[in-house]
Amino acid sequence: MVGEAAVRAGCRYYFGYPITPQNELPEYLSARLLEVGGTFIQAESEIASINMVIGASVSGGRVMTSSSSPGISLKQEGISYLCGQELPAVIVNMMRGGPGLGNIAPSQADYFQATRGGGHGDYRLLVLAPASNQELAELTFDAFDLADKYRNPVMILGDGLMGQMMEPVVFRDPIDPRELPPKDYILDGCKGREPRAVFSMLLDPPTLYSHNLKLLKKYEDMSAREVRYDTYQVDDAELVLVAYGTASRIAKGAVNRLRREGLKVGLFRPVTLWPYPKEALRSLARGGVKVGVFELSVGQMVEDVVMSVGGRCEVYLQGIPGGPIPTPADVAEFAVSVLKGDGLVGRKVEI
Amino acid sequence: MSQAAVRRIFSRPESLKPAMTHYCPGCGHSVAHRLVAELLDELGLRERTIGVAPVGCAVLAYNYFNFDMVEAPHGRALAVATGIKRVHPDKFVLTYQGDGDLAAIGTAETIHAANRGEKISTIFINNAIYGMTGGQMAPTTTVGLVATTTPGGRDPDRDGAPIDISQMLAVCQRTVYIERCALTSPKNIQKAKRAIKKSFLVQLNNLGFSLVELLSPCPTNWKMSPSDAWRWAESILTKTYPLGVIKDTSGLGEVR
Repeated sequence: MVGEAAVRAGCRYYFGYPITPQNELPEYLSARLLEVGGTFIQAESEIASINMVIGASVSGGRVMTSSSSPGISLKQEGISYLCGQELPAVIVNMMRGGPGLGNIAPSQADYFQATRGGGHGDYRLLVLAPASNQELAELTFDAFDLADKYRNPVMILGDGLMGQMMEPVVFRDPIDPRELPPKDYILDGCKGREPRAVFSMLLDPPTLYSHNLKLLKKYEDMSAREVRYDTYQVDDAELVLVAYGTASRIAKGAVNRLRREGLKVGLFRPVTLWPYPKEALRSLARGGVKVGVFELSVGQMVEDVVMSVGGRCEVYLQGIPGGPIPTPADVAEFAVSVLKGDGLVGRKVEI
Repeated sequence: MSQAAVRRIFSRPESLKPAMTHYCPGCGHSVAHRLVAELLDELGLRERTIGVAPVGCAVLAYNYFNFDMVEAPHGRALAVATGIKRVHPDKFVLTYQGDGDLAAIGTAETIHAANRGEKISTIFINNAIYGMTGGQMAPTTTVGLVATTTPGGRDPDRDGAPIDISQMLAVCQRTVYIERCALTSPKNIQKAKRAIKKSFLVQLNNLGFSLVELLSPCPTNWKMSPSDAWRWAESILTKTYPLGVIKDTSGLGEVR
C-alpha cells in the first residue's frame, strides 16, 4: 500500500532493515523499485538506512525508509540530522508494543517519540496518522510533497494492524520525479556554480540560535497551514471521543453503537499528530461536553488533548498498552461510564 | 620581449579553498587534504565530486575543500556516501574519515559499504588517537601508547588490541583496492599520493570500493614535537600497521 503510493509519488530510493510488523513494505519495494529504475538497499542496520536516506536526500532524490518501534529508536540520530540539515524524507513507523523489545502487536506507544522528537535538539516532524488503507495511500503521497515543501522529514505513524491490513484502495496517478521542481540546495557537483556544503554543525552560538529560530518559523508555518483532522457526529455530542489511527476506527464503531442507543457521542480524529489540531478540538470543548481519549498506549496523546482543551471540560482516558485490541463494545463501555460519571472504566485526567 | 622570467611552480590547488585550517602544527590532515585536492585537480574531477566529511578532527573539511560536501553523523560517512552514489552514479564520491569514525563507531557502516562494493573512494586517516575530543583511546591506539583514557598505556588485557580494519576490509569479496601509506616523509607522501590516485581511478573505472589508509602524525595528542611525531609514526606506528598494498584486484597496474 505504502510502497505503491510512494512509487507513484516519485519515490525512487528506499533504504531499510527488516523488522516485524512492516516487512511487507520493503519486500514489495525491493521488486517494484527495480521496475522503475530506482534503488532498494537492505542495509546492515536501521542506523545505516537512515544515513543512506540522508545521502539520497542531499542528492535530490525522493527517498523513504520504514521500520517499527525499536528500529525507529535507532533512526533518531539520523532524523535529528535531517531536521538540522533541512533535508526532506519520508519515514514510516508501523508501531508495535514496547518498551524494549516489547512485542509485535499493534500499539500507539511511540506517540511521544514521534511528536516530541525522539532525537536530540529542538526540532519537529510533521506526523501523519492514517486510519485506513485508502488514507494511508493518500497520506503517503502527500508526505513526499510536504517533506519537499518544508525541507523537513515527515513521519507516517501507523501500527502493526494497519501494516498488515488488506482493504481496496484507489491510487492517485503516478508522477514522474524528473518533472518535480529543481532543488537549489542539493549536491550534484559544483559545475557552473559555487560549491555547496550541507551541514548542521554551527559552533558559533549566535549562528545556531538564528538557525533554530529559522527552523521554528518553519514549524510555525506548518502549524498554521498543515493541521488536518476529521470529525464524526460531534455537532450535538455530549461526549466527544478522541482517537487516531486504528484506535479511531474502533472508537467509530463505538459511536455508531451508542448512537443507535440514543446516546449523544461523537468522534474527533486528529490526522496530523504534529501539528496537533488544538483549536478544532478546543472549539468542541464547551457547554458541559466531556472528552474521552482512547489510545493504544498508557496515556500519551491525552497530554495534547489536555493542552488543547485546558480547563474547559472534563477529560477522561482509556489507555490500552501492550497490544490487546479493545472492541467497539469495550470503548462503548468506557463512553457510557464517562457519561454516567461512575468512574468504572478508564480514569479521569486531573488537569 | 623574451619569455617571462617568473614562472609559477607551486600554488594552491583549485580544489582547496583559500582558508586557514584549524589543524595543529605537524598534523597529517593538512597534507592529506592537499593530496586529495591536487589529485582532483589533476584528474579534472572537482566539479563532479561530492565529498562526505566525518565527525572528528576533519569535521570542518567542507570549509577547506572547494567542492560539494555534506557532513555525516559520527561514523556514518559510508552510509551517507552510499545514498549519494546511488542517486548520482555518474559523480565522483569520496569519504574522508578518521580512525574513531571509521573503525569504532562506524565499523558496521564501513564494512558493509565495502562489502556491497559501493563505488566510492575512502581516505582513512589513522593517527591512533581521538584528536578532536582531546586524546582518548582510539580503536587503533597501539599497545603501550598513553591516551587520556589508558592510564599507563594501552593494555590489551584491559583495553583490547589495536584493530587493523584495512586487513578486515581486504577480506570482503567486493573490495578492490586497499593500501596503507604514511604521511611521514616526502617519499612516503609521494607514495600516498600515488595510492590515492589509484583509489580514484578504481572508482572512475567503476570497479568497486577502495580505501587508502594514511598513518598520520598527531603531535598534540601524542605529546611530541612535530618532528618527533613524524619519526615515531614512521618507526613505531608502522610496526603495528605495516605499510604497503593490502589488496589490489583492480588490474590497473602501477600508477604514476
